Amino acid sequence: MALSVLDFEKPIAELDANIAELKRISEEEGIDRSADIEELERHRDDLIAQIFANLTPWDKTLLARHPNRPYSLDYIRTIFDDFVELHGDRLFADDNAIVGGWAFLDGNPVMVIGNQKGRDLKERQFRNFGSSKPEGYRKALRLMHMAEKFGRPIITLVDTPAADCSFGAEERGISEAIARNMMEMSLLKVPVIVAVLGEGGSGGALAIAVGDRILMQENAVYSVIPPEGCAAILSEFQRDPARAPDAAAALKITAEHALEHKLIDEIIPEPVGGAHRNYEGAAKFVKEAISRHLAELEKVSTKKLVEHRYNKFRQMGVYAETQCENG
Amino acid sequence: MSLDGWIHRKSKAAGKAARKHLDALPDGLWTKCPKCGEILFSKELEKNLMVCNKCSYHFKLASPQRLEVTVDDGSFVEMDAGLSTVNTLEFPQYDAKIQKLTAASGLNDGMVTGTATIGGYPVVIGVADFRFLAGSMGSVYGEKVTRLFEKGLAEKLPVLIVNCSGGARMQEGLLSLMQMAKTSAAAGKFGEAGLMYIALFTDPTMAGVHASFAMLADVIIAEPGALIGLAGQRVAAQAQVMKEPPGYRLSEWQQDHGMVDMVLPRREIKDTLVKLLAAGSHGGSHGA
Repeated sequence: MALSVLDFEKPIAELDANIAELKRISEEEGIDRSADIEELERHRDDLIAQIFANLTPWDKTLLARHPNRPYSLDYIRTIFDDFVELHGDRLFADDNAIVGGWAFLDGNPVMVIGNQKGRDLKERQFRNFGSSKPEGYRKALRLMHMAEKFGRPIITLVDTPAADCSFGAEERGISEAIARNMMEMSLLKVPVIVAVLGEGGSGGALAIAVGDRILMQENAVYSVIPPEGCAAILSEFQRDPARAPDAAAALKITAEHALEHKLIDEIIPEPVGGAHRNYEGAAKFVKEAISRHLAELEKVSTKKLVEHRYNKFRQMGVYAETQCENG
Repeated sequence: MSLDGWIHRKSKAAGKAARKHLDALPDGLWTKCPKCGEILFSKELEKNLMVCNKCSYHFKLASPQRLEVTVDDGSFVEMDAGLSTVNTLEFPQYDAKIQKLTAASGLNDGMVTGTATIGGYPVVIGVADFRFLAGSMGSVYGEKVTRLFEKGLAEKLPVLIVNCSGGARMQEGLLSLMQMAKTSAAAGKFGEAGLMYIALFTDPTMAGVHASFAMLADVIIAEPGALIGLAGQRVAAQAQVMKEPPGYRLSEWQQDHGMVDMVLPRREIKDTLVKLLAAGSHGGSHGA
């Protein structure tokens, strides 16, 4: 897989190329250049640390959408064993933009469900660019109810630009599917852990993201609207999609902001330079967080679990309140 | 001479120059129908519940007008009027917008809630007001809708929500998005208690509101010709490969696709609400 390089990653890519070249020369010519290589690698790692310490919300948006970023199936393969994928909503069709099925986390059965993007053009079309139609959300709900039937926890992996809103999706009730999922998820009698791994794209993400724990990767973004869309609509940004970086900053779409506003529980760290530079390392962090939260939730009674989940979403939002005559 | 006939002749005689003049004075004696262009006598239009007598276009109603045509006279008691917006994200120009809208409308938010009776049946009611940032849902809106369901649950009363919204409010970012989950969970908890939830969709009922508590109602009534759907006009146009068919996502199209129970002209809505409340207000003798 060819590595795509974002603009702010270019200095890193240049150093990577130099290191590779040096390694090639030392191998071909049999000269030991390990000291130089180590020096360059140290320099590169410092540079990565420096660049990644100063990412803007827009940089993170680009990282969350990075064409080399690991997708749900990459995580499922690494974190879980014996994944048995299940297909279809039993109503209309199967939706390839959402995958789900039984899997084993350290030997324990769980239901895992995730948005799925495609890597190359053909696969991207097959996965509808990670945008689900109603049948995808209805499949997800079917699997969640199956997990509930067997008393198994549910783990959802969120990575979608948005729900599909084409003619067919509207025709089959995309809004109903999203709304129903959120409501039903709030009532599930089994633990639900949500991990936002890339793009948390509005209602399309939220339709599989109502859970007891909401975890979010360091470079993931979660937003009510894509920054481009916000910039195109609001006069604050001259209705210019090119102002997306400003809209990204204004919308506060990063994991830090989500944590600050008490909308997520924890930020999952990523390996140095982002998840796309180290799939194994990224998956290790995600697995550790999921396992730890799951162990905590296993101790909570069903009644408390559902009650806490309701209260968790109940307290989201910020407003002022003064007593009125009739208030 | 009938008033209708007089208006008709008067409007024809008014001519183009007058139409131009009327466009500049929408709140005056005359109102131009935005759909068919008919010049309507404002008082007559009000008597007709703000429905064009030529093409049946349903004008948007502000929350006080909507309450007037929906609930029993003098029965509405507002709740949670003291909730107001905080610009948590420090979103550019948001504070100024809210101040301006509050000054102009006298509202703190685009969702007005309270208790009332309809045909004598007590209900908890929420009415969206499009004047307030396109009836968009932010933290205050979400909290009010949630309290609405909680009030219904506590007092075992049916809930009626009249929707008129462009969707989630961008200026509150992820906080707005989470109101979708919060209100849907509240609707779920309310529904579990065996209480009736009725939604009225008016033009427009879109996006974050449509794809959350709005679509979770037991019974959905839509006013004719209302735009109802997930994606706004611009996004929808981008998502289409083919040209949109006529009437796409309007109330009648949604009914054809099984997404709303009925499309009713404004004048017939209250009678139907009373029948529905009669069916759903008291618990049946069977079931949980």
